Amino acid sequence: MSLTEKDKAAVKALWAKISKSADAIGADALSRMLLVYPQTKTYFSHWPDTKAGSEPVKKHGKKIMGGVGLAVSKIDDLAAGLLKLSELHAFKLRVDPANFKLLAHCLQVVIANMFPKDFTPEAHVACDKFLANVALALSEKYR
Amino acid sequence: MVEWTEQERSIITNIFGNLDYEDVGSKALSRCLIVYPWTQRYFASFGNLYNAEAIKTNPNIAAHGTKVLHGLDRAVKNMDNIKATYAELSVLHSEKLHVDPDNFKLLADCLTIVIAAKLGSAFSPEIQATFQKFLAVVVSALGRQYH
Repeated sequence: MSLTEKDKAAVKALWAKISKSADAIGADALSRMLLVYPQTKTYFSHWPDTKAGSEPVKKHGKKIMGGVGLAVSKIDDLAAGLLKLSELHAFKLRVDPANFKLLAHCLQVVIANMFPKDFTPEAHVACDKFLANVALALSEKYR
Repeated sequence: MVEWTEQERSIITNIFGNLDYEDVGSKALSRCLIVYPWTQRYFASFGNLYNAEAIKTNPNIAAHGTKVLHGLDRAVKNMDNIKATYAELSVLHSEKLHVDPDNFKLLADCLTIVIAAKLGSAFSPEIQATFQKFLAVVVSALGRQYH
């Protein structure tokens, strides 16, 4: 399900509206994922605290959204654009790819929650496709 | 057996007690058909589904979305026995409607997003977790009688 020109335009338009709140979105989405899908906490056993508002969650949410922003800027070739992150996830982090879907869902819940008028069904489908393609690019080097 | 805390029970009854079924039901179903277009396969007889606008304004879809949402009322009233409560509906979806049970999760996700958009700051992470737990139990019950 590759991105059409229409999808890319919709993603860029949505990002333009939400990027100022990227840090807050990332922190909120990450803390929701850790609470709604407790199995995801297994990747963060080195953190003292996984609760919403904690420092490691805020910091990591910001980092994740940096990756999302990078992906938006490299939307025409995600595999090439996200190569470094792909290698990181494949060889160091080894996050089971099933978890990308869980974070993608929480990101979209937060965007819908914070920007209800902008997260129309049309924006939603483009965003969902985009995040699925980002996940694909991130798991490029897994095997 | 699914265990529910008092807090979880009141979160669920609160959400459904204050729900605009027509609004949320139609929005959730139409969003599902737009975001996951393959789900349109079950609605061939519902009229014009050619694009997002058509889906959003289709009265059959709106009515059906409301119906599906009211279907959740049974679970709200029988939270300690959702599996048995939905046995018949599960058979219906399997034997008569032939719905791929993976699709239940897609609709559940869209419903979560519509509720998130409606409740704003009231849709805390804890409320999301409880709501998704409830929907997961319903989805599981609906898929149980497939063979």
